[in-house]
Amino acid sequence: MHMAATPHKVSATGGAGSGSSTIVETLAEFARRRKSFWVVLSLAILFTAWEIAGRVPISFAFPTFLETFAALIEMTLDGTLLPAYAITFQPLLIGVAVSAVLGIGLGIAMGLSDKAEWLLAPVFIVLQAAPMAALVPLVTFVYGIGLVAKTLAVIMLALPVIVLNSYKAVRHVNPSLVDMCRSFQGTRLQQIFKIIIPDATPVLFAGLRLGIAAGFIGVMLAELLITPTGIGDLITYHRSIANYAHMYAAVASIIAVSTITLAVLQYVEVRFLRPEKRRK
Amino acid sequence: MANPMPARAAEQSGTATSDAIVEVRDICKRYGDIEALRGINLEFERGKLTTLLGPSGCGKTTLLKIIAGLVPATSGQIRINGKVVTGPGPERAFVFQDFALMPWATVLRNVSFGLELKGVPQAERHRIAKHYISEVGLSGFEEKYPHELSGGMRQRVGIARAFSVNADVLLLDEPFSAVDEQNRRKFQEDLLQLVEKERKTFLFVTHSIEEAVYVSDRIVLLSPRPGRVSQIIEPNIDRSAAPDVIRRDKGYLDVVEEIWQGLRQYAE
Amino acid sequence: MKLFGFKVPMMTSLLFWALVWEVVGRMDVIFLIPPMSAIVSAGFELVATNSWQNASLVTLRSFVVGMALAIGVGVPLGIAMGRFKIVDNIFGLWVNMFVSAPLSALVPVLMILFGLGETTVVVTVFLFAVWIIVLDARAGVMQVPPSLIEMGRCYGASSITIFSKIILLSALPEILAGIRIGLIRGVKGVVIGQILVSIIGYGELFELYSRSFDMERFWALTIILFAAAMLLSAAVELFEKRIEYYAGAR
Repeated sequence: MHMAATPHKVSATGGAGSGSSTIVETLAEFARRRKSFWVVLSLAILFTAWEIAGRVPISFAFPTFLETFAALIEMTLDGTLLPAYAITFQPLLIGVAVSAVLGIGLGIAMGLSDKAEWLLAPVFIVLQAAPMAALVPLVTFVYGIGLVAKTLAVIMLALPVIVLNSYKAVRHVNPSLVDMCRSFQGTRLQQIFKIIIPDATPVLFAGLRLGIAAGFIGVMLAELLITPTGIGDLITYHRSIANYAHMYAAVASIIAVSTITLAVLQYVEVRFLRPEKRRK
Repeated sequence: MANPMPARAAEQSGTATSDAIVEVRDICKRYGDIEALRGINLEFERGKLTTLLGPSGCGKTTLLKIIAGLVPATSGQIRINGKVVTGPGPERAFVFQDFALMPWATVLRNVSFGLELKGVPQAERHRIAKHYISEVGLSGFEEKYPHELSGGMRQRVGIARAFSVNADVLLLDEPFSAVDEQNRRKFQEDLLQLVEKERKTFLFVTHSIEEAVYVSDRIVLLSPRPGRVSQIIEPNIDRSAAPDVIRRDKGYLDVVEEIWQGLRQYAE
Repeated sequence: MKLFGFKVPMMTSLLFWALVWEVVGRMDVIFLIPPMSAIVSAGFELVATNSWQNASLVTLRSFVVGMALAIGVGVPLGIAMGRFKIVDNIFGLWVNMFVSAPLSALVPVLMILFGLGETTVVVTVFLFAVWIIVLDARAGVMQVPPSLIEMGRCYGASSITIFSKIILLSALPEILAGIRIGLIRGVKGVVIGQILVSIIGYGELFELYSRSFDMERFWALTIILFAAAMLLSAAVELFEKRIEYYAGAR
């Protein structure tokens, strides 16, 4: 490259500001380089706002951030939080697992066969757009208030999302790759297992991630609506005795847990399933 | 060094020549109300490189895909080695415009994929694939993934894959259109060497006049809406000369100019 | 799907399923599934009742107010995030977190903060809908082609003109797509809010019908709700199509 011989382009990066705001500049430079800076700042701003709002207080039922945080630590240490999660995760995991197997299977079938598409796609389109929460009370009629009912609530919310995403994944497989497989006389089975499913995998996995997000909503609905257990029980119980800091801590923790779970899954997706997005 | 007067063969396209490996008989193609191809009759000689050239919308890619068996014709026949074909077959291999490489597979697996589908044992197919990977100049890249390669290198993978199934006819659909100009020229030169070495029949689709004249034994000009054969030109260029000599040769330039005169009426 | 050479519209399978439902309902397998015809006739009766009309009014009011807030806050915030790096950095984390967080867990908190009434439902609708609207508006602004903005500058447009005539219009398809998904989420929000509060609007009716095992009315209400959600989404989609030429030209 011709690095020299361009004297008029010297001050492209450096010489603009005459060094008057060095601290700001260093800080800005640091922020540019480290994304975690913004994460910390962003958390700090919200928590500060929360703390101030709690101290005003904007409502008798609005504990400060520090009180909530203390309650969270207390609940972790006295052994109420972890067993609650163990209970909450049971219907969530079973429900998501069932939805994953069933949903990916149905979605792939709908993607591959026009008849399955005609038969099932409209149903799941309606189910995904509709407020399924309305049907949760029905589940209790048949399956009572136990694990099965809660698992079903999770499935009701997670399954349509997973089915529709799997279906889209298969329909959006690169047609050129399918042609390539045909041009080398690949059989239909080879086409499905060597081209369509591998090419659809990243989107299948993304659908699974969205299904898990929906599953979290489902399990919280189930625990609040059907009968209080796990985290839902913590929320309901502490609310009933006006122990608001503990209640907020439980709510915040389930949101944090779901966020972290989804972030980890997204990382896994980018890291292992999308080689073209991976940075070396 | 080259015949300044290119031979014309527009009239004889329907008649049988000595050794036609691919015969196209009365091929018509309609997409709904749109007529893409009308009454195409062509023969492709064994061991030659023939180019399908024409403006966009002339159906050249459609014709190539019909020959490949990827797209069904509305009417007409394709014969390979005298036998009528309706779908893809082992005697033809396709090189895709967008490379069609599997992003989740290494170069080695991509190149050996055609053999993998046929059930060739792994050791055997890897041996063959490695041979063609070095043939196209990609030795050392066997374990790389497509996203780690440049556009030009990706298409070399596509070409190696087509070679490795040992088909008689290679169908190349605008293989260099997604490759930048410098690499494209290098590619054309390398292609000529491979043609020389592998002794296969090549059907080549392009919209670049210079590319067509530079690489082809024979150029089929298609006219658009509906696609028909308008002219057949045989450049008769001496391929043994150095690339830069060919590109400056008067015969070469004359053919380019002649084709442009034939096509300029279709320019927008 | 094609049947005897005719293209069968996809949504017709819903009629098929309604028929299956009718048959299952008539076989009296389970009290949960009354025949479809009984549900439909119960639906017509239901629509005529005062309680349904009042509940619909309340539900609609909560929904409209919540959505208006979500759009009013979401679109400007999304645009600001797309235009200003610092806003994006500060809010990005929270928006991305809440867009897929189990917000149903937040409703009890809203209930103690805003009481067991419409306000809670409005806030629930807002919280369900706003995040995706922000994200899509942001995406729309961020993918305005730089050459369009440069073009505006070349012809001497002021930054206000560039913003209002290029950036906003260019981001419109994404903003509308966000609002459409926001509407669907808002419907889920209004239902979840009302069911958890359980003393207003459709939540009250659902509670009433399921307690008295009035399955015909329960299903009739559900179908009305589902149909409303689908119609709403279809209406916005139609509107999106009318401005689609924008997106097509990019």
